[in-house]
Amino acid sequence: MEITSQIGGSITDGLAYLGGLASLGGRAAYFTFVAPFRGKPIRLRGAISQAMQVGVRALPILSLITFFIGLILALQSAYELRRLGALNFVANAVAISMTRELGPLITAIVVIGRSGSAFAAEIGTMKVSEEIDALETMAIHPVDFLVTPKFLAMIVMLPCLTIWANSMGILGGALFGVTQADFTWTRYIQASLDALFLRDILTGLVKSVMFGITITAVGCYEGLCTGAGAEQVGRSTTRAVVVSIFLVILVDLVFTALFFFMTVR
Amino acid sequence: MAQSSGQSETMISLRNLRVSYGDREILHGIEFEVERGETLVILGGSGSGKSTLLRALVGLERPRSGEIWLRGKNLAAVSSQDMDEIRKKIGMSFQGGALFGSMTVGENVALPLREHTKLEDSTIEIILRLKLDQVGLAGFENYMPSQLSGGMKKRAAVARALAMDPEILFFDEPSAGLDPIIAAGVDQLILELKKAFHMTIIVVTHELASAFLIADRMVLIDKGNVVAIGTPDEMRSSTHPRVRQFLDRVAEPEVAQELDYLQMLTEITRPER
Repeated sequence: MEITSQIGGSITDGLAYLGGLASLGGRAAYFTFVAPFRGKPIRLRGAISQAMQVGVRALPILSLITFFIGLILALQSAYELRRLGALNFVANAVAISMTRELGPLITAIVVIGRSGSAFAAEIGTMKVSEEIDALETMAIHPVDFLVTPKFLAMIVMLPCLTIWANSMGILGGALFGVTQADFTWTRYIQASLDALFLRDILTGLVKSVMFGITITAVGCYEGLCTGAGAEQVGRSTTRAVVVSIFLVILVDLVFTALFFFMTVR
Repeated sequence: MAQSSGQSETMISLRNLRVSYGDREILHGIEFEVERGETLVILGGSGSGKSTLLRALVGLERPRSGEIWLRGKNLAAVSSQDMDEIRKKIGMSFQGGALFGSMTVGENVALPLREHTKLEDSTIEIILRLKLDQVGLAGFENYMPSQLSGGMKKRAAVARALAMDPEILFFDEPSAGLDPIIAAGVDQLILELKKAFHMTIIVVTHELASAFLIADRMVLIDKGNVVAIGTPDEMRSSTHPRVRQFLDRVAEPEVAQELDYLQMLTEITRPER
């Protein structure tokens, strides 16, 4: 009995959490897509500065990480392909696994570490120092003022970062291809492009948009749910990272399954 | 609901206001009225519910039951649009200032104007200078809040609260965390605002000296109830044991203090006045 009630409790909590995320996402979507047509200008300046923070500043670390990931992928697939005497398929393996899966996923994880946590910490600190209350007493909606620019920035920047990550991953694979598998740079890139269908890239980009929505919703929700006291900000930040990673993987699974069953007939 | 009666006009009127956090009732039926242009000081010890009362008055806390009439609207039942309209006519200065750390002082003060008006930047600039001048912070518009001292942050917060020319100004612990001289300066600022704009001002504090200096009337809140209400003179001459204890700074008896505290936290029923 104890166990069933505990399981029931966790399920209810989980659903309540998802409900909270959905309601926050809904309000942010209202302020992003509906309110501009009702005379409330979209917060472009805020969104651009967020995009700078979330996107452009993430480029160096993201480039490095995805370059290495591409290299690792090449090494790992070559280990198996070499035995089959199909080392020239390394380009295909890297290109497909990067664009369909690892590009979006690694980008999301880097962005969670850099920005998801920052959203929770920023909004959490504002909550603790009564700045959120101050916004409300000034008749400024905190979701409109704080969350909407972040949503906008993430929805635009995450696909961009993902495209960048894909290219860096392929470049990492090319380093292996050129040094170990008799490719030239141009032949490796050409082989990668030949291996890819537009579908592969698009499914990755669709996923990255969903990841962006998830990361922003969780980061901002955790920030807004911060209790009183500075240590609560730390707690929110940690939760934002852990929950975001979990939910991103879950969303990834759902969409990957969806694409799989949509294309297999 | 008509709010005027004779020459004095009621700005705020509370009827049997009850506020709870979860199952714990914090305010057990508060009732009082605030006239236009008066300065009302809400006194009370830590945990008395005075801050909750203030949060309810500015619409940050929804009452469980009862009514808060403010500008002819009942805050307990208004739509969010009406709430926004009311909020544009009130200003609130938070305990720690609650200035936005990522904006300069000037941007902080200009924010409500940028959000709610279609004024030209040059006009906003002029209003901004005016407001900062009023609180004695002329020339500080390009400073970040982190570069200001505690007293200056409070003043900047007041300037931001004044930006929309509010009819009612709320202060949460204006002198908390300030040295006596700076605190006296903030009291002086409140008195000046009162004199210059005939503004309705509500101050929550536990600083007796500052309360007696600025108040037209005072309310003493204890354990979520109104214990006494009256002018400073009436308070001074009150014989109510709780008022005397608060004004004479008598410590709670040590015995069973923790039990009292627990009782205070869990108390649901309203004790006799």
